Amino acid sequence: MSNQPVDQSRRTWVTMACAVGGAGGVATAIPFVSTFQPSERARAAGAAVEADISALKPGEMMTVEWRGKPVWIIKRTPEQVAGLSKIDGQLADPKSERKPGELTPEYARNEHRSIKPDVMIAVGICTHLGCSPSSKFQAGAQPSLPDDWPGGFLCPCHGSTFDLAGRVFKNKPAPDNLEVPPHMYVSDTKLLIGEDKKA
Amino acid sequence: MAEMKQAPAGASAGEKLLTWVDNRFPATKLWNEHVGEYYAPKNFNFWYFFGSLALLVLVIQIVTGIFLVMNYKPDAALAFASVEYIMRDVPWGWLIRYMHSTGASAFFVVVYLHMYRGLIYGSYRTPRELVWIFGCLIFLCLMAEAFMGYLLPWGQMSFWGAQVIINLFAAVPFVGPDLAILIRGDYVVGDATLNRFFSLHVIAVPLVLLGLVVAHIIALHEVGSNNPDGVEIKGPNAPKDANGHPLDGVPFHPYYSVHDLLGVGGFLFIFTAVIFFMPEFGGYFLEYNNFIPADPFKTPPHIAPVWYFTPFYSMLRATTDDMVNVLAVIIGLGAVLNLVKGKGDGKTKVAGLVAAAVVIGLLKTFEAKFWGVAVMGGAVVILAGLPWFDKSPVKSIRYRPGWHKIVYGVFVVNFVILGYLGVQPPSEIGNLVSQVGTLLYFGFFVLMPFWSQIGTFKQVPDRVTFTPH
Repeated sequence: MSNQPVDQSRRTWVTMACAVGGAGGVATAIPFVSTFQPSERARAAGAAVEADISALKPGEMMTVEWRGKPVWIIKRTPEQVAGLSKIDGQLADPKSERKPGELTPEYARNEHRSIKPDVMIAVGICTHLGCSPSSKFQAGAQPSLPDDWPGGFLCPCHGSTFDLAGRVFKNKPAPDNLEVPPHMYVSDTKLLIGEDKKA
Repeated sequence: MAEMKQAPAGASAGEKLLTWVDNRFPATKLWNEHVGEYYAPKNFNFWYFFGSLALLVLVIQIVTGIFLVMNYKPDAALAFASVEYIMRDVPWGWLIRYMHSTGASAFFVVVYLHMYRGLIYGSYRTPRELVWIFGCLIFLCLMAEAFMGYLLPWGQMSFWGAQVIINLFAAVPFVGPDLAILIRGDYVVGDATLNRFFSLHVIAVPLVLLGLVVAHIIALHEVGSNNPDGVEIKGPNAPKDANGHPLDGVPFHPYYSVHDLLGVGGFLFIFTAVIFFMPEFGGYFLEYNNFIPADPFKTPPHIAPVWYFTPFYSMLRATTDDMVNVLAVIIGLGAVLNLVKGKGDGKTKVAGLVAAAVVIGLLKTFEAKFWGVAVMGGAVVILAGLPWFDKSPVKSIRYRPGWHKIVYGVFVVNFVILGYLGVQPPSEIGNLVSQVGTLLYFGFFVLMPFWSQIGTFKQVPDRVTFTPH
């Protein structure tokens, strides 16, 4: 180290060189980080899918793939539909008021969260951490579920429970109801998932 | 140019070669500084095996990893089958794969014991704070490495474990969902995710890990090793021999190199027994669900992380809305207590109150899911603060008040219970226990500045206690 006083004009140039070099470094990092984004191919894979529900009987459900995610189509029995309103008090968001734009399209913002009261469509991905809940349609006491279980879904990962309209029960890890994807009926028994009328 | 040294007259060819090298590269100097003349305290006990064992496991993982990559295919359509191909068709492939999978668990066993050693003997105290912090970073890297490696076999647990952990990032306020997409490279865990995890697992993280291990050892050799008595053997007042070497130290080589070979022998007995007789270790080292190919439409009925993550996973699960309320009340009480009984002046007390109000506000603003993630991350990060939390006048547990041992005992048992609960399916009672466990875990660290000072401490000897045998 020399004892000479700092040459301020040189110091200025060193600072500027470092700043410009640093900016260049950051600019170079942008393309590298950008490669982490979904590729064009992944983006293109999001088309709507059709589902035929003519074979679905009351009390049954089927799963179709949309954007790589499971989408459930549940045909509820009349008793199950009637039971939905009775458990409002146990639910975190019975009226689907949280994040309605993301989770519940306008035509599903009703008691049963569906276009037709008996046919429920929901993305089968828990709003907590993305596991796929398992169907527990059988009412009553059973392992990992409360004794007054009305029938619905249990997430195996962290124990969140949802009713038959995909509404989350209170004080569970999942913050929100299950997402109802945009969907429409092409005919009485044919559903289009991923698109609705306004699109 | 430095002065060229000359080998003494009549030196062997080897000596001449070494002199030639030493004039161009500090081979002898490095050897002496880190091995031949690195003086370590002579009273090391059983707990001091685990540092060298961690290094051994690192080497095992790197070597077996190199050979696995030769047959593995990082492609969502081929990955699962390529692992089975290694297991069934590649000659001795099963052995290399089981060494790698058992090595992952062995790494955590060894590292947890290594960390416990640091905890009880105060090995993180001045001047070893950076040794400890480099160690914490190694632990973080190891967790990242284990997590990304577990995706590669592309089994059910690989897929759903990754799905859950990546969704943890989606809980971050504002940028979360975009961040999760950036990590996955797709809207769901898929081929893009597998490919990048493979790259990070085999190149990026190991490079960082190796750099950190070197930093850990350089920092250690700069300040010297601690020992079970917590007595500095290289301090200004420590007794030294005519050459200035500490009387209470012995050169690492041959004393501890031979000593560590014993540890290696013992370790390999257990390690190979696991590899040959129970490589899945009852579903703890390799979960049974991971022998089913990944299915994005079906979450296995019970998913749990591998055992080494479960204590932290329990704390994540414990953070429900009720728990957030409890945390808010505790922080509020803490601030009020500080106001009434704290030692600081008026300004810091008011600042503490304001900070607490802000934290409580944040707690109630963001959802419990985010705080679960924060608690889990915090549980790992808080370890790095240990050198500053511990205010006890002595380093080693040997000279602390008797009840401190009970505190450490409770901490360890609590950690094991949290680990056990993390493996179990969620239940009401389990959740309650893990909530209490989470509070105990954080209480241990946060309250350490207070409890670590209390009690009657024993007199620390001037020299290490050592009986030659």
